[in-house]
Amino acid sequence: MIKLQLPLTEADARQLKVGDEVALTGTMVTGRDEAHTWLINDKPEDVRKLLEGTVIYHCGPVVSKTDGEWKFVAAGPTTSIREEPIQADVVKEYKLRGVIGKGGMGPKTLAGLKDFGAVYLHAIGGAATLLAKSVKKVTDVIKLEEFGVPEAMWVLEVEDFPAVVTMDSHGNSLHTKIKADSDKIAKELIGN
Amino acid sequence: MAFKLNKEKFRDAVLELIRLTSTELPGDVIAAMETAMDNEEPGSPAKSVLGAMLKNVVMAKADSTPICQDTGTNIHFVTIPEGLSLRKVEQAIVEATQQATAKAYLRPNAVDSLTGKNTGDNTGVMAPYIHFEEWDEPAIKLQLALKGGGCENVSTQYKLPNSNLKAGRNLEGVYKCIIDAINKAQGLGCAPGVIGVGVGGDRATGMIMAKKQLFRKMGDSNPVQQLDDLERKLLVDLNKLGIGPLGFGGKTTVLGVKIGAVHRLPASFFVSIAYMCWADRHHEMLFTENEVSYD
Repeated sequence: MIKLQLPLTEADARQLKVGDEVALTGTMVTGRDEAHTWLINDKPEDVRKLLEGTVIYHCGPVVSKTDGEWKFVAAGPTTSIREEPIQADVVKEYKLRGVIGKGGMGPKTLAGLKDFGAVYLHAIGGAATLLAKSVKKVTDVIKLEEFGVPEAMWVLEVEDFPAVVTMDSHGNSLHTKIKADSDKIAKELIGN
Repeated sequence: MAFKLNKEKFRDAVLELIRLTSTELPGDVIAAMETAMDNEEPGSPAKSVLGAMLKNVVMAKADSTPICQDTGTNIHFVTIPEGLSLRKVEQAIVEATQQATAKAYLRPNAVDSLTGKNTGDNTGVMAPYIHFEEWDEPAIKLQLALKGGGCENVSTQYKLPNSNLKAGRNLEGVYKCIIDAINKAQGLGCAPGVIGVGVGGDRATGMIMAKKQLFRKMGDSNPVQQLDDLERKLLVDLNKLGIGPLGFGGKTTVLGVKIGAVHRLPASFFVSIAYMCWADRHHEMLFTENEVSYD
């Protein structure tokens, strides 16, 4: 288990390899479809400092609010591939050092990670209560009214948030390898 | 004698069913996950991921919080006694859904397809989805499944014959479609999944049959011998794909395969595949005039 303190430097990100299990501590931000579109179309200036060096987490949480304070109740990753068209652009534009989600991403993102020096971290899909417990504090929420709870950008203080590196900054993707192997087996089973 | 519905009592019972379904995984699914974990190689990502999933299940139950934040499409299969008002039952389910959302058992998950606006309480056009049937018992049976978007997105439908797969209009063709679908899904549906299949029907009834299969017990047998044979063969063969938990590689790609058949049109042969994630959240409630019980 590699402990990582956010924000990360390029050197931190480049040291990571496919298969590494990591635990993240520090500030991270959630973002899904609406956030990614907004970041690229509107280019908001006030989030640049927040995003530089950190990771964006593909997550639409279940939240609760008591005494004016937000709490993450359940917060596993959502499917990342939906952001494939613009993820690499978001990484470069906002100097992100990582993306957390599930299911992996495609060639454009992999190339972007290599160019800029960032990684794709796979969180445990469906393990929402476990992951919410690593969120120690919700410090802010951006665009809540406009985007709704799942799509808003939640700013989080996390401690030992667990994930596995499945795409690194050296052009390697675990997802590509697993798919190539299973394609071959599927072809044999289908037998044409 | 006509069944008399106490609407408030029924609504409260449905609220508890929603809480139970969102926060507690059925015992047979947990057992299948434990077996899967035992089978994976020591030190493998597959084994550690299954361990974390099971730990999450224990924590969610203890804290009464959602197993997965995507509390999904709420699918209610309701079986009612003769003469009961469907509108009253529906209204009670809608109210329970709104309350469950306010209590954070459910994430607000109903989005207007035209404006993109989230209604905030999980209700809207055909949301929650309620499917009614009738029986002779003086009781309401309510089966609820919470099916997240990740696994719904890899659920799919084939039309046979399919020339790419060289799949004909027979069970061998059905087999080929299922292998292809699960291979294409990779880890995206939050493997290891439970696969519900509907053979035949139209595009809607075939998929409803596929989703109904998700309420079967993990270790049961299909009463139709041919389908039982196919389920067993697919369980072994799909796990040869090596996709593994979350697509990290491993021996467990699916936990179970359940297949039902529906009468079809002479011109149509659909294979509808409902991929359910490992967080296979479904429970059943029996509500009589005097008592309520949960599976």
